[in-house]
Amino acid sequence: MSLSVPADIEKEIDERITHYPVSRRSAVLPVLHILQRHFRFLSEDAVSWTAAKLGLEPIQVLEVVTFYPGFRQEAPGKVHIRVCRTLSCAMAGSYELLDNLCQAVGIDASHMGHHHPFAVSEDGRFSIEFVECLASCGSAPVCLVEDELHERVSPETAPDLLARYS
Amino acid sequence: MADDLVNVQIDGTWHQFPKGTRMIEACRQAGVEVPHYCYHPKLSSPGNCRMCLVEMGMPPRPKPGEELARDEDGRLPIQWMPRPVIACANTVSENLGIRTESALTKSCREGVMELLLINHPLDCPICDQAGECRLQEFSVEHGTGGSRFREDKVKKPKNVDIGPRVRLDDERCIMCSRCIRFTAEVADDPVLGFTERGSHTTLAVHPGRRLENNYSLNTVDICPVGALTSTDFRFQMRVWFLKETESICTGCGRGCNTEVSSREGSILRQTPRENNEVNSTWMCDQGRLDFHYVNSEARLTQPLLKGSEGHRAVSWEIAVKTLADKLAGFESSKIAIIASARLTNEDLYLVRRLAQQLGVKELDVIARFGEDDGYLVAADRNPNSRGAVLVLGLDSDPGSRISGIRRDIESGKIAALLAIGEDLTSPEGGFSPALLSQLEFLGQIHHTANATADAAVVVLPGATSFEKSGSMVNVTGRLQRLAPVVPLPGEAREDWLILRDLLQALDGGNGAGSSDEVFTLLAHEVSAFEGRTLASISPLGEVLIETGETVPLLEREKGRIAKGEIVG
Repeated sequence: MSLSVPADIEKEIDERITHYPVSRRSAVLPVLHILQRHFRFLSEDAVSWTAAKLGLEPIQVLEVVTFYPGFRQEAPGKVHIRVCRTLSCAMAGSYELLDNLCQAVGIDASHMGHHHPFAVSEDGRFSIEFVECLASCGSAPVCLVEDELHERVSPETAPDLLARYS
Repeated sequence: MADDLVNVQIDGTWHQFPKGTRMIEACRQAGVEVPHYCYHPKLSSPGNCRMCLVEMGMPPRPKPGEELARDEDGRLPIQWMPRPVIACANTVSENLGIRTESALTKSCREGVMELLLINHPLDCPICDQAGECRLQEFSVEHGTGGSRFREDKVKKPKNVDIGPRVRLDDERCIMCSRCIRFTAEVADDPVLGFTERGSHTTLAVHPGRRLENNYSLNTVDICPVGALTSTDFRFQMRVWFLKETESICTGCGRGCNTEVSSREGSILRQTPRENNEVNSTWMCDQGRLDFHYVNSEARLTQPLLKGSEGHRAVSWEIAVKTLADKLAGFESSKIAIIASARLTNEDLYLVRRLAQQLGVKELDVIARFGEDDGYLVAADRNPNSRGAVLVLGLDSDPGSRISGIRRDIESGKIAALLAIGEDLTSPEGGFSPALLSQLEFLGQIHHTANATADAAVVVLPGATSFEKSGSMVNVTGRLQRLAPVVPLPGEAREDWLILRDLLQALDGGNGAGSSDEVFTLLAHEVSAFEGRTLASISPLGEVLIETGETVPLLEREKGRIAKGEIVG
């Protein structure tokens, strides 16, 4: 039931905690980022591990995990795609883009909702999340594939985009 | 006038307050109520409910060279700020103005109320908090009576089992965070937190964790709405039917001040009453819930006399006379009296008189010790050990003669024993039924049936601490009053009355007519009580003796007040 964190990751975490000498609680956010980067999502064990690491109650870590939509509590696909849903992108066709992407990888978007912000394709290769503003309104519609921002992604070019990550 | 006082105008009237006073406390001291949810004087002030918004003003900044004109009282003009401020987290300063009734303040309250009610289920008819709900009260007082919200309310978890004694309804929660702050700051068990964000914000415990510390029910007290309710009390009674009696908890030597709520002779709940010398505004769950025995089936309701076919009910006259005759039939040196440090000073005073009358030297109480929890629960689990030592005039630690009495019963040196308010076969008592059977005579005065009563020849039904008037002395040496909450069951009587009748049967003299009179007799005889009367004891008690003991929880609160973290 416990999380097995590789030595180099733990070393990185230990080093990062030293940046917060006044309150270890302040290190929750950076520690979670490191863990999510490594494990791709934050499991219950990751929450408990972080709490134990920082001497906190697990609820104090869960508060942070659930507050930020950037933290995932379920495993995403190999390639995680975030499609912007906010005004500029919505007007430039991001809803259609989402539909096209989902269709192309075989995802039923109706399963996405408040408690399940993204859905994973059956083969586990892709997961798609409809997110709030990605801060690139001038080049709408945009999406973020893993850490790469793609601008002016017209709904029609969705298959091309996926092909680049296949 | 002292330098650290500042002049503050509240709703047009000038007052003076110490510098640094929170605006909300200044208003309260001036008799002006500022509605609030998240603010609690014993907790930190996050300022998140926004209900205490008020209009604030300060003297305008003069132009270079300009001098502001003062009025005949020396006050500067007040320039009102266009935006409201929260009264809970801001402090007063010289020439500050506060408006709690202005159009701006009123519209703020209306707005906050409307927003708080957006996702609230409005289920007052089935909510246990109804009648003592701040949301309900402020909605009537400060709300608009309507909502412009036409969308769907957010669904959240209901009837959540977050701990053995507390239930959570997340839809009713207004996210004031009082409970979270209490568990983190006072109980040092931060198991509560908010998950999610915005209108989805949800009070939760982490999966696998529980709100089960011995102070969990205080969260129910401070919850301003019906989100946290007591598993023990919920759905038992509408709060407006309750009768409240101020008393003290007798679960340990702390003597937490309480308010006991009853209805038609039954106790339904016990809540802490603020006393900053004893328990602040908190009490432990164990003490709070320790009242169900009062309604127990095992209560003794009639005087009993043991015959060849077991106990049978007899009249008080016969029972008391039998007890007096039996005791008088023994030589003084063959009698022992074991009283209880759960009895009041008044009861104990009459025990002292009884011992004097009979010439009994073997007199003691049962000691009861546990662990001091570092908060409120005292190591001494008897509520009146200090009183017992003072009133009975014990020359050694309470309970130190008990083992000697046990030995003397075994050797036959003691043949008669009167046990008052204690079951001697309890673990603390340490008497075996076999040992008790060696006695020629055993008498018992107690409120509930037990193995000592089983073995006793005469059993007189007494009162619980919820049924008697009297006083006790807590571990810090504070003299506090106990008030009768519910009437006695059946023919049971208050212990002082039983002891008075017993004394009268022995010496034929006149006795006291009330526990107040007993206290007065006590005050004449025991120097520590000199000059006091039962009626004059303040509802918050008064220092009787200095014991040098401190209350760990209060010491921590004092530290936080000094640091300005809490108001106190």
